[in-house]
Amino acid sequence: MADIKQLQETATQIRRDVLRMVHACKSGHPGGSIGCADFFTALYFEIMHHNPKFNMDGINEDVFILSNGHISPVFYSTLARSGYFELDELKTFRKINSRLQGHPATAEHLPGVRIATGSLGQGVSVSIGIALSKKLNNDTSLVYALMGDGEIQEGQNWEAFMFAAQNKVDNLIVTIDSNGQQIDGQTKNIMGISSENLKTRLLSFGWEVLNMNGHDFESILQTMNEAKSLSGKGKPVFIVMSTEMGYPVDFMMGSHKWHGVAPNDAELENALSQLPSSLLDY
Amino acid sequence: MKTFEIQNVKDTRSGFGVGLHELGKTNPKVLGLCADLTGSLKMDAFQKDFPTRFFQAGVAEANMMGVAAGLTIGGYIPYTGTFANFSTGRVYDQIRQSIAYSNKNVKICASHAGITLGEDGATHQILEDLGLMKMLPNMVVINPCDFNQTKAATIAISKHLGPVYLRFGRPAVPNFTPENQHFEIGKAIVLNEGADVSIFATGHLVWKAIEAGHILAEKGIHAEIINIHTIKPLDDNAVLNSVRKTRCVVTAEEHQMNGGLGDSIFQLLARNLPTPGEMVAVNDSFGESGTPDELMIKYGLDTSNIVEKVLKVLARKV
Repeated sequence: MADIKQLQETATQIRRDVLRMVHACKSGHPGGSIGCADFFTALYFEIMHHNPKFNMDGINEDVFILSNGHISPVFYSTLARSGYFELDELKTFRKINSRLQGHPATAEHLPGVRIATGSLGQGVSVSIGIALSKKLNNDTSLVYALMGDGEIQEGQNWEAFMFAAQNKVDNLIVTIDSNGQQIDGQTKNIMGISSENLKTRLLSFGWEVLNMNGHDFESILQTMNEAKSLSGKGKPVFIVMSTEMGYPVDFMMGSHKWHGVAPNDAELENALSQLPSSLLDY
Repeated sequence: MKTFEIQNVKDTRSGFGVGLHELGKTNPKVLGLCADLTGSLKMDAFQKDFPTRFFQAGVAEANMMGVAAGLTIGGYIPYTGTFANFSTGRVYDQIRQSIAYSNKNVKICASHAGITLGEDGATHQILEDLGLMKMLPNMVVINPCDFNQTKAATIAISKHLGPVYLRFGRPAVPNFTPENQHFEIGKAIVLNEGADVSIFATGHLVWKAIEAGHILAEKGIHAEIINIHTIKPLDDNAVLNSVRKTRCVVTAEEHQMNGGLGDSIFQLLARNLPTPGEMVAVNDSFGESGTPDELMIKYGLDTSNIVEKVLKVLARKV
């Protein structure tokens, strides 16, 4: 049985890391990152069977691909706090000669990153390839991916959705961060995208579709476990995860303003005061 | 001038198909992916004999490139197949990020390259693909000249760890290189030694260069003819060694002047050995419908164009 209090504590610390990383280099994407902190915590500390002694091929372990690469801060903090590399390295985020590039990359050999992402819409296809590779290797572990609800406007995703259903890629669980925000406004106003119509669209493409609340660990764990139980049954699984960009920092929620802006000193202090943690900052 | 025996007349894409099928038998890690052009790419034999290692990607090339990148994670060697146009321009960002920057072991196999695609016209005749691909860090770029060499290259690239762009074509052309030759990536092949001019050719233009060499020999001009099957990495030493001797250069390719083989060779020479040169290539133009032979003549890619450029550069030689 998962210790939800401990997961919450970890997620809060990851949010602190994200804000401090983005503040330190005065750039990056805090809003979506802290909105997904609970998901990353559940995935890496509870759901996935993974090996922090990183191996690129990831055979006989669950593999995660971040398609919306701009939320790299939450990915890096989660990897560091899971033991992939030293916490201290988080200080180098977006700085010269760092392995922690602005968007995830493999060129610097950062443990935990298997593909470069950032130019949007490519991660689902890559995840399908890894899932097929696992099938060819008779490897029964799973592939997890996270994508954004702005990114889903890229046409490649819909090619990927068709292909995965046609090829019964049923060892793949794709979660979409449905926070309803993108750079120029709300997804529903820009391209008519909402949690509700994502579900009907993916169902019509032949996927299993589940919903979860991305800020409730019980919902996340229950839904992810249900998704696992649906694997191997002929269909890829899609989870519409409702989140709020910037959650739970009061001044960061409710708009797209904090998509790609770093907090100043006073804003950082204010945000951290809302995120008390008994774990240690890096 | 050395004489080359034409063993038969075959399309280079069939060399790819035969090479891939052979790999199917010898290397269980090799996979095939095709975007609804299995017959055109000659991948049907691989599909038939290795059905679990073949993936039909549909008319969805962007996804195919991403899936191929993912398949390398876990140790596989995916070969993607579609026309050169859809293998490069259509999916440039997918190749750039998911394959080249991520340094994945994907073999991008591109048929119907260049103007000899013929009647379908300019929409399908990509003449920019070598440039697009050679600009990408980590990418190896290969353009073999005939059936036998395309087959050998297809097999050889499976042993290179990293992304490769393998370009071949649609029409049947003279097959004259040795059957079961050893193909070494990045190693230029001197077909004929000569002291008067260096002709560096790639792909379908290699045979045209040989034809030109015979015409030039009748005029008492001894051309050194070198097959540059690998555009990147370029065999710098082979180029410089030949040019030190001949002191003038003609390049020949079925590609735009911008970004192709000539562009690579003259960049090398400008930095190391400035030399008079001429280019046989398409001059900043799209193609059009027509038979391959008609198009090669109209767009200045024929044997006579090589001869003409050689005579022109010889007049400039110092």
